Amino acid sequence: MLRYSLKRLMSLLISLAVASVVIFVVIEIAPGDPASFMLGINAQPETVAALRTELGLDVPKWQRYLDWIGGMFRGDFGTSYTYRTPVAEMIADRLWVSLPLALFALALSTLIAFPAGIYAASRRGQPGDVAVMGATQLGVAVPNFWFAMMLVLIFAINLRWFSAGGFVGWEAGFWAGMRSLTLPAVSLALPQAAILARVMRSSLLDILGEDFMRTARAKGLSRRQALWRHGVRNALIPVLTIIGLQFSFLLAGSIIIEQVFYLPGLGRLVFQSISSRDLIVVESVVMLLVFSVILVNFLVDLAYALVDPRLRTRT
Amino acid sequence: MSLLDIENLCLSIHRLDILHNVSLSVAPGEIVAVTGESGSGKSMTALAVMGLLPGSAKATGRIVLDGSDLLDMSETDMCAIRGQRVGMVFQEPMTALNPVKTIGDQVAETILVHDALPRDQAMQRAREVLDRVGLPAARFPLSRYPHELSGGQRQRVVIAMAIALRPKLLIADEPTTALDVTTQAQILDLLKGLVADFGMGLLMITHDLAVVSDMADRIVVMRHGVVVEQGATQHLLAHMTHPYTRMLFQASNHQVTLPEPPAPTPLLQVQNVCRDYRLPRSGLFGEAGRYRAVNDVSFTLNRGERLGLVGESGCGKSTLTRAILGLEDVQSGRILLDGAPVFTGNRPNLAVRRKMQVVFQDPFGSFNPRHRVDRLIAEPFHLLASPPTGTARQDAIAEALTAVGLRPDDAGKYIHEFSGGQRQRIAIARALIIRPELILFDEAVSALDVSVRAQILDLMADLCATYDLTYLFISHDLSVVRTVTDRVLVMQSGKIVETGQTEDVFTAPRHPYTQALIAAAPRLPDLGAAPESDHPARPIG
Amino acid sequence: MSRSLIIGIALSSLVVLAALVSFVWTPYDHTVMDIPAKLHPPGAGHWFGTDHFGRDIFSMIMVGARTSIAVALIAVGIGMALGVPLGLMAAAHKGSWLDELIMRGNDLVFAFPSLVIAILITAVFGAGAVNAIIAIGIFNIPVFARISRGAALSLWERDFILAARVAGKSGARISIEHILPNITNLLIVQGTIQFSLGILAEAGLSYVGLGAQPPTPSWGRMLADAQTMVSFAPHLALIPGIAIIVTVLGLNLMGDGLRDYLDPRLRINRA
Repeated sequence: MLRYSLKRLMSLLISLAVASVVIFVVIEIAPGDPASFMLGINAQPETVAALRTELGLDVPKWQRYLDWIGGMFRGDFGTSYTYRTPVAEMIADRLWVSLPLALFALALSTLIAFPAGIYAASRRGQPGDVAVMGATQLGVAVPNFWFAMMLVLIFAINLRWFSAGGFVGWEAGFWAGMRSLTLPAVSLALPQAAILARVMRSSLLDILGEDFMRTARAKGLSRRQALWRHGVRNALIPVLTIIGLQFSFLLAGSIIIEQVFYLPGLGRLVFQSISSRDLIVVESVVMLLVFSVILVNFLVDLAYALVDPRLRTRT
Repeated sequence: MSLLDIENLCLSIHRLDILHNVSLSVAPGEIVAVTGESGSGKSMTALAVMGLLPGSAKATGRIVLDGSDLLDMSETDMCAIRGQRVGMVFQEPMTALNPVKTIGDQVAETILVHDALPRDQAMQRAREVLDRVGLPAARFPLSRYPHELSGGQRQRVVIAMAIALRPKLLIADEPTTALDVTTQAQILDLLKGLVADFGMGLLMITHDLAVVSDMADRIVVMRHGVVVEQGATQHLLAHMTHPYTRMLFQASNHQVTLPEPPAPTPLLQVQNVCRDYRLPRSGLFGEAGRYRAVNDVSFTLNRGERLGLVGESGCGKSTLTRAILGLEDVQSGRILLDGAPVFTGNRPNLAVRRKMQVVFQDPFGSFNPRHRVDRLIAEPFHLLASPPTGTARQDAIAEALTAVGLRPDDAGKYIHEFSGGQRQRIAIARALIIRPELILFDEAVSALDVSVRAQILDLMADLCATYDLTYLFISHDLSVVRTVTDRVLVMQSGKIVETGQTEDVFTAPRHPYTQALIAAAPRLPDLGAAPESDHPARPIG
Repeated sequence: MSRSLIIGIALSSLVVLAALVSFVWTPYDHTVMDIPAKLHPPGAGHWFGTDHFGRDIFSMIMVGARTSIAVALIAVGIGMALGVPLGLMAAAHKGSWLDELIMRGNDLVFAFPSLVIAILITAVFGAGAVNAIIAIGIFNIPVFARISRGAALSLWERDFILAARVAGKSGARISIEHILPNITNLLIVQGTIQFSLGILAEAGLSYVGLGAQPPTPSWGRMLADAQTMVSFAPHLALIPGIAIIVTVLGLNLMGDGLRDYLDPRLRINRA
């Protein structure tokens, strides 16, 4: 188990290193000098040079890369070109919206998908299965941001159960905060739940055809007992992969959903930064997003080992 | 009084008749073997008793266990019977166990699901049962997972699960088909011991007539869903009435006559060959380990000779085959065909490779399903410097098809239009088409039913006469190797442990491993010698 | 053919047909603004109503279908053209440094959700339909590489590949001659699924302004424009949304139906 974890950790570090180089290089290609952009076209060359020194743009590129990486390890993401405030602080504020939103949505989608998938698999071909599958087919096809607009129309504008947008802040209390994240989380979660439920169902159906399920039935387990005791845990193995992948979709999705609900999250930060060419912020946010995707997939790999004993001893 | 009575069992799936008026019975302490070729319905009979038929199956008739008709039972009642009064052992031990649960939990589950004992006692009982099936606590604690066990050990766990509640009836569906011959002998001994100890009835499904004659008190022969003949083993072996039974027994022990091999001149020379596989590193920075699959193997195959290579799974015979074919390089030693190495530099030598061809085991996986037969069997032409085209190509294809007993116009068909035996003929045609000097038969008849196998063996003998074939016949099946080879090599753990004239090795094996192998192989009683006389009692075990 | 395949083909063809017809005919010119006629609800004159500039929504939906289909289709093409050869190559050299490199590269690309790629590209080159195509296309590469490698690996285990190797054929030749024809069905099905995901992704990117720029019409931007007016003109949001759903649903049903229809296990009796 330890060796397996160490191996996954190694590959996590390598992925992070390569990803950071890719992001750095892409941002470097960006045309235009941030200092000139910030000062406008009429700026004096000396002023620009002074600002370049202040922003640390006058050192060699490899040096800047190392500074950037080194800084991130210390929690120093540099200074925003536009706001002249530490990027780390800007990100930290926004993270308190985006991360809870993604986790809330992930929890919701899992809570909906597991029972739905298991229910459909256990009633294969029966009306219950057909109904669940029809609903998921529709769920997969609905764009989450459109779904979000419809939720706003129904629950905020017509029924007035929730506010149409904005975030009250966690200062207003945990439940008030969750309340303003509920519609965004639901709109993110339902389409993902549809995918996950389909995967859960087909994975379970695959397992139901396995020899050991027949063995379990030969021992005297009923269909239902065999499904729960032998099917679900085995079916989790492919489902975990999808949950890992979904996290990255949820993260990306939350960037869009934040636009619908005017949530002050990472997504809005990124779009503001792009329009003001505050590339250091874009760079850091993208790195953070990629880091979280890689980290989640690392955690999924560890979860595999918990579910599947074959991985614990495999060399 | 009998324990199990099947009376006029008829079974259909989607209006397709699977079983027709099957009747048989099993008494307590009796071993009844149901045998037949694929499609005979023998496994369906077993599943019908368990009540585990596919949902679309319709069964009529009676299956009476201990006085109650199982076909009338509700699903809930059947759950109470399965595992408690009837246990079942399956063919494929590698997949029959849940990979994510410990063996202790899986054996104890049989007890717990029937609420027979509280949990701690159930675990204790699981321990006792595992001890009984030959998995002692010291090496096989309850906390082991299936993937840590070998196939034979897993089959013992499956048996332990089936007998944990001492059912009166045990059903075993091809319980040893997936196992090596020495493991098979141990599992069969275990089953016999359990029947004797517990007084269980054993309904055993197997295609292997040697196992049947060795084990069974009574034999039931099935064909196309019908029982063609049944009776006490001694009696049935001595007085077979149905022609199908007779054909089956004859085909199982089919003998062919090979032409005399010519004077020995070396064709294939294998000299001190070693083949290593790299194992994953033992630590993050540790040395990568090595596993020697073929260890210092040397032999010579003469022109016109039929050489056998026998050994159990994992002995290295497949690795050796791939090395001879030039599919993989070796770490040391040389493989020469007609004096030239099969591998030069780090790439296979095409000039040498065109002198040999191969026939594989699986008649279903050996062909690209998207190509027609002509394209399939013409594939080896790729090896030739100037492959025939136009009519010459068609003539070659027609000749190869004719040689293996198919028609030239079969060339335009797709592979799924052929049966398993026909596909194996097409595989031989593909091997013959460039007139290779050497053919490797890699378990080439192992997946076939006995009657089809007999026909393919006949074909091989015919081809030996017409084409002066030289071949290496790789197989785990001793009885087949005995009839189609002149000389035999016995392989164990990557080494050739014994070599000699086939008859000599089989009648007087010298190496202890060869002796064990031959002793473990179940043998058919000698029927040909005195078909009408009363057969003397065979030694059991 | 199953019911879902027929419905799927019908819905998909409807959308493709709308896109094709829009080249020669639309009820109105989709760029012409008619302020007096703004925000008409769906009715006889304008089947799907008009937007806040009085443009005909039916026409915009038809032309928008072109954008959606073009972006998603080209992105699938990029993914297949690069991903499939990479996957086949990795499978042919299983366990080698090449395989390792390709698969690690795949993992890396997977760590960049298509929106993040789009953000990066936009930050550097600005927004536009081409960048949306590249972003979605890059994300499709590892999808096709992974699926073709997986399928190819199981085929490499089969004896008929061994027979081709015994016949002296090279890894590349075997990949093209034996592997590719046997994974075509799989690729068609996956292509359909990626196509529908591409439609969704394009809509999302245009919605946040990273996709096609005005005046190129796109469903995603129609939704973005509708957002502030959803309370008094819900049809502005409903209609483009339904267009997306119909397209994606049609493609998904077609993909599912094709999977069953093309699956040889269900068609050819192998026994």
